[in-house]
Amino acid sequence: MSTQEMEQLVQREYKDGFVTNIESETLPPGLDENTIAFISNKKGEPEWMLEWRLKAYRQWLKMTPPSWAHLDYPPIDYQAISYFSAPKRPEDRPQSLDEVDPKLLETYEKLGIPLHERAALAGVAVDAVFDSVSVVTTFKAELLEAGVVFCSISEAIRDYPELVKRYLGSVVPQADNYFAALNSAVFTDGSFVYVPEGVVCPMELSTYFRINAENTGQFERTLIICEDRAQVSYLEGCTAPMRDENQLHAAVVELVALEDAYIKYSTVQNWYPGDENGVGGIYNFVTKRGDCRGDRSRISWTQVETGSAITWKYPSCVLRGKDSIGEFYSVAVTNGRQQADTGTKMIHIGEGTRSTIVSKGISAGRAEQAYRGQVKVGPRAKGARNFTQCDSLLIGDQCGAHTFPYMEIGNSTAQVEHEATTSKIGEDQLFYCRARGISEEDAVNMIVNGFCKDVFQELPMEFAVEAEALLNVTLEGAVG
Amino acid sequence: MLEVKDLHVSVDGNEILKGLSLTINAGEVHAIMGPNGSGKSTLSSVIAGKEDYEITSGSVTFDGKDVLAMDIEERARAGLLLGFQYPVEIPGVKNIYLLKAALNAKREALGLGEMPAPEFMKLIKEKIAAMKMDASFLQRAVNEGFSGGEKKRNEILQMIVLEPRLAMLDEIDSGLDIDAMKVVADGVNSLRSEERSMLLVTHYQRLLDYIVPDRVHVLVDGRIAKSGDAELARELEVRGYDWVLEESAA
Repeated sequence: MSTQEMEQLVQREYKDGFVTNIESETLPPGLDENTIAFISNKKGEPEWMLEWRLKAYRQWLKMTPPSWAHLDYPPIDYQAISYFSAPKRPEDRPQSLDEVDPKLLETYEKLGIPLHERAALAGVAVDAVFDSVSVVTTFKAELLEAGVVFCSISEAIRDYPELVKRYLGSVVPQADNYFAALNSAVFTDGSFVYVPEGVVCPMELSTYFRINAENTGQFERTLIICEDRAQVSYLEGCTAPMRDENQLHAAVVELVALEDAYIKYSTVQNWYPGDENGVGGIYNFVTKRGDCRGDRSRISWTQVETGSAITWKYPSCVLRGKDSIGEFYSVAVTNGRQQADTGTKMIHIGEGTRSTIVSKGISAGRAEQAYRGQVKVGPRAKGARNFTQCDSLLIGDQCGAHTFPYMEIGNSTAQVEHEATTSKIGEDQLFYCRARGISEEDAVNMIVNGFCKDVFQELPMEFAVEAEALLNVTLEGAVG
Repeated sequence: MLEVKDLHVSVDGNEILKGLSLTINAGEVHAIMGPNGSGKSTLSSVIAGKEDYEITSGSVTFDGKDVLAMDIEERARAGLLLGFQYPVEIPGVKNIYLLKAALNAKREALGLGEMPAPEFMKLIKEKIAAMKMDASFLQRAVNEGFSGGEKKRNEILQMIVLEPRLAMLDEIDSGLDIDAMKVVADGVNSLRSEERSMLLVTHYQRLLDYIVPDRVHVLVDGRIAKSGDAELARELEVRGYDWVLEESAA
């Protein structure tokens, strides 16, 4: 097959490109302390929260954006971004789906997320973030009965201030990095989950993030806490409407797992990647970190990343507790002009800690992708073990894959294994499938899905199906 | 059924096939033999549609249709199926999934719907037993970690499931011990029928003791230098290829 044919094969239009016209109460572009006070006031936050934000902002002012990533994008003008946009009538929030703006529901329908059906059929509680304010929270009562708190971070600041004060910023400090500091200053919403001691969350928790209002950066803040022996599985999925402007997204996710607790965090991300020239895609600068604070605790990150023009994302685990476990399973697909610098960090501090990293990168078109992974074993982490497997698959000959593994081993009893492969999607594999009568497009899907299988099987069932479908759409083309 | 006329094929400017002609009628089994580098595998690959070959002149027709104008998958769906000398591994793709996709692609081309799952499972169970393969093969990734013999059996399994009209088997005997070869040969023989033809590409005569061909062709330097019946294969086993080379040079 020629390169040109390959290119055709991986062309596709973004399927979720549309805009819902809902009157927004939007701040004019610009960022200063007044902006932050406005946001904090809008959210009805207590004084301590405003102080916390301002402290982050003042630190952010002294910081510079990171330049080490294998990414190429023009400097971002932070004064050109609007930092608050809420759907109309924020004080008069709908109490049920019947009260929700039908246009909003229509938007979800177009995305294939019939919220009510989905929630009811799948038994999944959905905290949907539309622009910056949580609009709908379902199954809250059932969760509360089990003792699980699942609400927006804004609500949590009002209703569970002690928990928020104790844990917010305890995993990702305000000045952790440039984008985390910005997020800490201006975050508008996100999810909060608290699972008390000994409780296994009775359902999988899911949030759909969307970016809608023009030029509005989304700054989500998610905090999940599992007390001793508690367990939760959290699903996050995203799509966004087609846009011409680059949209900045700088989320922070913090996970805290105490003794014997288990947090599974799964993401399917499909943000607008830009057109074939890379114009208009989402810039996604995310800080995700889990803290295995308790002994024998476990945090597992699974991600399927297919969207965004720029992805800068390293879901990480700090393995503090003795015998704690960190896992990272990732599929990242870049196509067209997409760029991704993604990977993970596993910081082994406690004795007997273990980590597993399985990263599958697929590059097509003119996309560039880098895996960046750090494994750090501290002097106290006796008997720590890490296994890293990092595979790249190239489709066509104009894309790139790069691997940057960093290992710092401060302990002679540690065992660290690293395996890396880069392969071109086999012309031989394609020929083999086609010589069995399977169409070229189906063959590519089959081979790519096979390549990603180790990761897909870590996803919750309904997400795995979605992920496969998404991958097929991502690599869909005009064959024949 | 298959008609190859004066076929000239080059790779990177080197001519591999230099005017090859061959006719295979329905129900016939033809064997292509010849020394290494004579172009044996090129012939079946070109018929199956492998790219990287430049066809400079000549024609290939199958039931009167121009094969060279068809896509790879169209050829397969029309019933031209290649059994590979070196079947590739496809990690993460279950064998049964490939079989199902291939069978349904063919059914779709024939205007039939997808085969219902119970019917498919019944069919596969029957065929896998015929190949003396363990059912666990179906759940393993395509050819991944298979031994040489297992890969070849798997090729024949695909053949007996997909039931091609012309099966082209490229060195299906290479790397097989005698027991495995018997199983493979039994599989191939079970496919023999009035309507189905075969093209066996082989280096050794051994296979032809088990699958007795109607016609044997010796390929030398990109052309068929000599044709005969099964007896010719035995003669080649005894005398080697040199005499054919000398004869054709003369």
